[in-house]
Amino acid sequence: MKRSAAGWLFVAPALVAIAVFFVVPVVGALAMSFTDFDIYALADLRNLRFVGIDNYVRLVRTPLFWQALSNTLYFVVLGVPLSILVSLGAALLLDSRFARFKAFYRTALFAPVVTTVVAVAVVWRYLLQPRYGLLNHALAALGVDPIDWLGDPPWAMPAIILLAVWKNFGYNMIILLAALQTVPAELYEAARIDGANAWRRLRDVTLPALAPVLLMVSILTMAGHFQLFAEPYVMTQGGPAQRTVTVLYLMYDEGFKWWNLGSASAVAFVLFALMFAVTLMQLRLARNAESA
Amino acid sequence: MNRRAVAVNAALAAFAALTLAPLAWMASASLMAPGEASVLPPPLLPRSPTLANYGELFATAGIGRQVANSAFVAASATGLSLLFNLGAGYAFAKLRFAGRDATFRTLLGALVVPGQVAMMPLFLMLKQVGLVNTYAGALVPWLASVFGIFLVRQYALSIPDELLEAARIDGAGELRIFTTIVLPLLKPIVVTLAVLTFLGAWNDFMWPLIVLTDRELQTLPVALAGLSREHVQDTELMMAGSVVTVLPVLVLFLVLQRYYLRGLLMGSVKG
Repeated sequence: MKRSAAGWLFVAPALVAIAVFFVVPVVGALAMSFTDFDIYALADLRNLRFVGIDNYVRLVRTPLFWQALSNTLYFVVLGVPLSILVSLGAALLLDSRFARFKAFYRTALFAPVVTTVVAVAVVWRYLLQPRYGLLNHALAALGVDPIDWLGDPPWAMPAIILLAVWKNFGYNMIILLAALQTVPAELYEAARIDGANAWRRLRDVTLPALAPVLLMVSILTMAGHFQLFAEPYVMTQGGPAQRTVTVLYLMYDEGFKWWNLGSASAVAFVLFALMFAVTLMQLRLARNAESA
Repeated sequence: MNRRAVAVNAALAAFAALTLAPLAWMASASLMAPGEASVLPPPLLPRSPTLANYGELFATAGIGRQVANSAFVAASATGLSLLFNLGAGYAFAKLRFAGRDATFRTLLGALVVPGQVAMMPLFLMLKQVGLVNTYAGALVPWLASVFGIFLVRQYALSIPDELLEAARIDGAGELRIFTTIVLPLLKPIVVTLAVLTFLGAWNDFMWPLIVLTDRELQTLPVALAGLSREHVQDTELMMAGSVVTVLPVLVLFLVLQRYYLRGLLMGSVKG
């Protein structure tokens, strides 16, 4: 067997699977987003019509689309920095030379990451319950009045952010911890000799050393946050007052509840474009900050 | 000096307690009698622990079926993912063929497309061939993954070429080299890929929700989401359902933690 042929034979099954079950559907979704594919087309393809950019135009004119977009951006803009901040705090604590039982704490703090999102969303729905939920009882001990987390429109998304931070911070914590351990000890030693206190060492030594990892972590975390779906599906069903309808939630409802698959495909591509644009923006900002 | 050590360890303990609290409460409430969690002040521990909720879950709601579905789908997804990704990852690392690097770069480029974009056409394709509402339909997205190929390739890069050359000089075919020399060396990454895939498939929600509408075929997360809409008031029952869903993956993670975290760290260097 020729080695070149062997190489192609080894990769062929995977490439074919990815082509058939990913590339073709993605291209198909783009095509579908320019059609009126709905429940009638689902029954009989002869009902399918090409409608140009009508789906996109209609989306832009739908208030719920803008609501979903702003809900998603709210979740991303507030949730991503908060999540990374908590990850960084946990990583710094674990990296501290004073910390004991590191392996145990690392596992404990990471545990929520491997849990099933649907199951923990169910758990949190009860923790957030206004009357019997433990969160309100803990807050009451601090003198805070009960909050109707999932029933009061302004509080619903913050509640989901809380769950998301709890569920996900361990992931970035592990990555940041690994990065922290590669910062040379001499740098800290030198800073200490220069009389820098803990805060200055964090600001002038640790954070600059972590910058590339923080950039990567924020890009990946953002991509994940744009895909919020299961939490609102389980906890709020998009409510109250549509304040937790996300872009992906809208796509699911359009596509698989109302069977407007053409319009759902358009929603999917808007999400893709948005994620792509935000990632590019982040990379550009990082490059500018580097050269500045 | 000593004060800071106390502060760091106290902060870690508090942090870990807060993180584990929701899971601990889930387990505790699942052992409470029906209605026990919804009294004031809400109890932290069951008065007299009972497995009644689990009994109802399996006997009345018949969740054993969904446990089996989840186990089957996750195990099959793992097997398929190994079958498709191991050979491809190895070839991208160690075999020379025309267009190899360009193909690999294209694959990595595909990572920017969120998977949900493919879901509408994929559903129609599966409907066309009658795979909606089948295990096969749920498994299709797990066949091959760019991430899996990437993971295996990064690991396989460390296999010394001399080893493979020596086998070739001895007249071994490429398939034989792969099965007898390469696969044993890839064992750690095989475990890593297997854990990541199993947990991913077990926890997956959106695609199974779309493709498995028949309750008899549903996986645990889909069934649990449905149950939680029907049993809003049954806190203790729902906590038992959450424990049944979460416990297997949590245990699997605890046992194979080292391999899981390796995959997480390797995956994160791709940026």
